[in-house]
Amino acid sequence: MILASVALAQRALRVTLRRPQFLAPLLIFPSLLLAVNTGGLSQATSLPGFWEQYGVTAPYPSFFEFQLAAAMSQSLLLGGVATGIAVALELEMGFFDRLVAAPIPRASIVLGRLLAAGAIALVQLSWFVSLSLIFGSGIADGIPGLIEVYLIGAIAGIGFAGIGVTLALRAGNASTVQSIFPLVFVVLFLSSAFFPPNLLTSPADLIAKWNPLSYIANGLRAPIIGASGTSDVLEGFAAAIGLALFFGLLATWSLRVRLQSK
Amino acid sequence: MAAIKASGLERTFKGGIKAVRGIDIEVAEGEIYGFLGPNGAGKTTTVRMLVTLLKPTGGNAVVAGFDVAHDASQVRRRIGVALQEAALDPLMTGRELIILQATLQGMIKAEGRERSAELLERVGLINASDRRVGGYSGGMKRRLDLAMALVHSPSVLFLDEPTTGLDPTSRFAIWDEVDRLRREGTTVFLTTQYLEEADQMADRVGIIADGLIVAEGTPEALKAESGAPHIEVVLDQGSSAEAAERSLAPLGEPIPAGEGHDVAIRLSDSATGVADAVRLLDESGLSVAEIELVRPSLDDVFMEKTGRRLEGAATAADEQ
Repeated sequence: MILASVALAQRALRVTLRRPQFLAPLLIFPSLLLAVNTGGLSQATSLPGFWEQYGVTAPYPSFFEFQLAAAMSQSLLLGGVATGIAVALELEMGFFDRLVAAPIPRASIVLGRLLAAGAIALVQLSWFVSLSLIFGSGIADGIPGLIEVYLIGAIAGIGFAGIGVTLALRAGNASTVQSIFPLVFVVLFLSSAFFPPNLLTSPADLIAKWNPLSYIANGLRAPIIGASGTSDVLEGFAAAIGLALFFGLLATWSLRVRLQSK
Repeated sequence: MAAIKASGLERTFKGGIKAVRGIDIEVAEGEIYGFLGPNGAGKTTTVRMLVTLLKPTGGNAVVAGFDVAHDASQVRRRIGVALQEAALDPLMTGRELIILQATLQGMIKAEGRERSAELLERVGLINASDRRVGGYSGGMKRRLDLAMALVHSPSVLFLDEPTTGLDPTSRFAIWDEVDRLRREGTTVFLTTQYLEEADQMADRVGIIADGLIVAEGTPEALKAESGAPHIEVVLDQGSSAEAAERSLAPLGEPIPAGEGHDVAIRLSDSATGVADAVRLLDESGLSVAEIELVRPSLDDVFMEKTGRRLEGAATAADEQ
């Protein structure tokens, strides 16, 4: 099971890196939105209580550093969609049948794909960490903070990939998976990824409270802005692990249903 | 022990569509079994059930000694599968794909690398082994697909229309490889819509139409069952067809002549042939422009059993 999962993860990783047209949007779109938001909305930090709710005291970080977690979250969500499309394309071209016909546990097909998504998430996060070093002041909480960012991000990336794989296995075609792309933005804007929850109005604040992405974004943000000591990191870990477990199992179940219904 | 044994195998899809309607197949170890039928006859559905990709809705099948429904993973360890339309990842190289397949079959990496070099050499792809598969021709893809199916030296190999759409050169390359597998003692279950392919390669042929096996046997036996050979004659101008029929009467009964021919006689004794016909016509003073001996083909068998010609037969013949 482990050997097969690792072999399939290596293969998925290799193929993704050979398809720059799939990987580039995961980095470029969030980077553009990061630039636009940072350039146009930085006055938001002047609102009373903006930083205090994160447990940050003066001197305050920049709005760019605040927005980095939003860009990371968006990139990871898009990574989930890309994973779903890749699986759906394999279903369409018949490569999936080759995997199913091999003498390996079927769950390793899903696990391999999720492990690859976790590795790709590390690449995505490294891009934004690089941006923070170039345009900001890096990760405020240093190496331990960086490790927290990578761990929360990679686990969340696995969770988002689980959503993509589940959709692909249920739909069986890439165009359906691709059609959820706009939902990424709905989920993002209905979370506290872009703005602090106390600046959101009803019902967005209520939805954000129940949206796991809010906790993941806050978990990614805390080490960047120097707030690792708060509960945000633990909540971020909990949300990412919960998401990865739930959607990982759901994807495995979807594969089982797909094969049984054939 | 039979390498493949199916009894009353059925598959009904959602909406009540019966693709396979209770077929019995028995393939001996080391045998090449040609599964012949037109598009939509149920060939691929049967193969997908035998390779555990599709659950039968009725009957049972045992492949390499294991039940396809209850011991699917054991079956998968022992079979090689090259499905219709070689499903290969275009972004991977031929070598990477074979090594991946070897790993999925439980081989260690070094063993997989060694086996991939061996197989790439065997199927003539060693020079293209580190190129991405997206740049391969159709024939190269099918050969790579075959190499992947052979990575663990399976005892039973399923080839689903391995030569469909290939040019004659690529088709012959696949035929050579199947012939080599025959010599090595591998059981091959080969589906095809090409008559010549089944005729030349298969030890036995099963003909499927509308989800049912309508004929089964060696190609020679099936053709013999379909009837004796006949001769077709084109006479020179001035020679009468009636006179020719009368003079050829000792050889057999007249049948309707084919297009462009004047006389056709079904031979009552297959030992007689063109020489006897020429002698009789000559003795009657009839002048002949053309004469040919026509033996029954698998297409005649198919026509006799199903009332229609097999799709693709003409295309394949033309390409030869």
